[in-house]
Amino acid sequence: MSDTFTFTIDGVEVAAEPGQTILEAAQNAGIYIPRLCHRDGLEPAGACRVCTVMVDGRPQTACNFPASEGVVVDNETDQLLELRRDIIDMLFVEGNHWCMFCEKSGDCELQALAYRFGIAAPSFPFQFPADRQADLSHPDIWIDRDRCILCGRCVRASRDLDGKHVFDFVDRGPAKRIAVNAEARLRDTDADVTDEALEVCPVGALMKKGTGFDVPVGRRTYDWEPIGSEIEKRQTQE
Amino acid sequence: MDESLEQAVSEICDQYNNDPTRLVDVARAVQARFGHVGSPAMDAIAGNLGIQRVEVESCVSFYSFLSTEPQGEVVIRLCDDVIDEMKGSSRVARAFRKELGIDFGETTPDGKISLEWTPSIGMCDQAPAALVNDVVLTWLSSDAARRIVRELREHMDPQKLVHSFGDGNNSHELVRAMVDNNIRKTGPVVLAPATQGDALHKALSMSPAEVIREVKTARLRGRGGAGFPTGMKWDFTRGSDGDHKYVVCNADEGEPGTFKDRVILTERAELLFEGMVIAGYAVGAETGILYLRGEYAYLRAYLEHVLDDMREKGLLGKGICERQPFDFDIRIQMGAGSYVCGEETALLSSCEGKRGDPKTRPPFPAQKGYLAQPTVVNNVETLCCAARIFEKGSGWFAEIGPHGSPGTKLLSISGDCSKPGVYELPMGVSLADVLELCGARDPKAVQIGGASGRMVGEDDFERTVSYDDLATGGALMVFSHKRDILKPVRKFMEFFVEESCGYCTPCRVGNKLLLQCLERIMAGKGVPEDLEYLERLSENIVTASRCGLGQTSPNPIRTSLKSFRVAYEDMVQEPEGALRPSFDLAAALAEAEEIAGRDSTILNE
Repeated sequence: MSDTFTFTIDGVEVAAEPGQTILEAAQNAGIYIPRLCHRDGLEPAGACRVCTVMVDGRPQTACNFPASEGVVVDNETDQLLELRRDIIDMLFVEGNHWCMFCEKSGDCELQALAYRFGIAAPSFPFQFPADRQADLSHPDIWIDRDRCILCGRCVRASRDLDGKHVFDFVDRGPAKRIAVNAEARLRDTDADVTDEALEVCPVGALMKKGTGFDVPVGRRTYDWEPIGSEIEKRQTQE
Repeated sequence: MDESLEQAVSEICDQYNNDPTRLVDVARAVQARFGHVGSPAMDAIAGNLGIQRVEVESCVSFYSFLSTEPQGEVVIRLCDDVIDEMKGSSRVARAFRKELGIDFGETTPDGKISLEWTPSIGMCDQAPAALVNDVVLTWLSSDAARRIVRELREHMDPQKLVHSFGDGNNSHELVRAMVDNNIRKTGPVVLAPATQGDALHKALSMSPAEVIREVKTARLRGRGGAGFPTGMKWDFTRGSDGDHKYVVCNADEGEPGTFKDRVILTERAELLFEGMVIAGYAVGAETGILYLRGEYAYLRAYLEHVLDDMREKGLLGKGICERQPFDFDIRIQMGAGSYVCGEETALLSSCEGKRGDPKTRPPFPAQKGYLAQPTVVNNVETLCCAARIFEKGSGWFAEIGPHGSPGTKLLSISGDCSKPGVYELPMGVSLADVLELCGARDPKAVQIGGASGRMVGEDDFERTVSYDDLATGGALMVFSHKRDILKPVRKFMEFFVEESCGYCTPCRVGNKLLLQCLERIMAGKGVPEDLEYLERLSENIVTASRCGLGQTSPNPIRTSLKSFRVAYEDMVQEPEGALRPSFDLAAALAEAEEIAGRDSTILNE
């Protein structure tokens, strides 16, 4: 394409097209920028801040910051790695995450990121929130708010992919939480087990009933290679 | 569903043309009518506005003046900021508790009166203060609190609690507030007398491009604190493509310690609105919105009256100043209790009837703002300066103050000083001069720019208020030597935890972690390495947060660590044994001891 331009990520020249975000351009070039709230195919939100990079020395989230000609992007600096580790750490202590019992273990992006960043145990003090309500009302789907990281993927997927708006956030600050489009129960919404919204949860907060532990250890998504490897392989193949 | 509720909600929604972007107004009206926005009301609102119920809940649950649970007929909200605390709000709180027989967050058993805390209500110069529904009560004491409750029980009419009115327009029949202006020093730009229409007529005799050039020549910069050049902002907005353009005035002054916009709105509303019309003319907008913080609802009727008066005089509405085809009108958007809505993109979300989450930037408001149209968002004081520039000339304005910071600055001064109030001073004034003017008593520290600003000590008192040195929205809180410097810092951090929108991780979680560490230190359980922990965490919150709230919320900690490190060092100590002082071994073992049915042997060693 004639209007393709280039910029650099950690000194490596990367090609991009107008309208692409830094994360998209990086990904096409086989460079992995860690992310949690973002998922390909969903409108980026810039909520988790894990994909923070430096663009000409200023912090920006790669998932929603447009790439532009000649900008200098820092991705894997000591400062940014520490920053991302802190954010992942914060998400762990904010909720109640028990990886060893979780159906999502091995397929969980939060857990996988923690491993990629070498987090064996959080360094921030556990908050152990005691007020997070689970919702088991729906025949096929359950919500475990203990594990929710407030990424908003289900909100966007339900609204933009399913055309339903089953989920949204209520309250604010540390009390912010995911709510359903009914007085209280998921079963009173039009949520369905075939909804795209169910496929996008990065953690074990929004789950299909009756499928837990179906995939044996060894065959789960992140059992053999760290998260991001699939993107980085593009670079080595070329 | 209750038919009368359904009917009432339907009527309220009709008043706003069933427009979902007016959800905040609708919810406020429902709340005013029924005391809360309960579940059936949310269903009804969603049905009428054609949106999802969860969207209504998302918005209603965001704002602290809206409630999904029933509240008392009258809600007493006692101001909970550091200045009020210094001036005795805890004694007032005790009296309210005792007289009402309830605690904060509760409602009397007869369902009549609720008692709540609320962050800064813009009355630090007359603290302690409270809101009783929309009515402001100032200079409170425990006696006053008892009297208020007794009187309320008799008549349940908050307005009747006001026995004398403040100065200036505070005694206007549409205001009738006991609020004092406390104008201690008037300056030539904002608080000087103005002839209505003068600025506007002069501006409209120029072309829009000339108007923008004039503001640029005056080198006017935003008075909210960030200091963006106003002319450039107008120019960007003028140059952006959009079907409609908007001028939004940010009158959501929620920064603890600031109250100067309150005084401008009370005494110079005409000048402010002229500034908005001029901005509208310059950028090609037809609509202006004044976003008025919920705490200033007592000024609303008066401000509507000023707008009506301007319409009658041809200064607003269709064919302004007989210069066709320029039409411009202003509506007032009420806030509903949220500090983050002072952030310009959160303010726009709120104007659109949504929860006050900041928007993703880019695009900036000048490109895509209110309803995704090009929008200018300016501070109250900035728009007044803009108007005055047309009355007196850009050269006149540019000559006041230093080159990089022309004009005057309104300062809201409170705390340990004999003359708290509003001061209009030339930019470039030194902190020492300001402290002398306000009668500061033995000042040890000054918090400049409110909670999100910085705390400076005596070493910095020769510095100046200007964009090149101490850039500020204008709130100055004075703390004397007898104050514990960590107390205001803790208060500010509690405030940010409460007011974070929760959208992004570092602000939502990080501020809470900062507060917890600070509390640990203040409880004498901190260790020296906690100070580095605070610094590192602060740095990361500032870097990674999505909007100005998180990018500035660690400032009280960062700046006080710099200016008053000894205050922290005095509170921390190396642990004596292997355990950190913050680790409570007995508490950690309690559950296990209960299960085992015996005491732990470790504790007895």
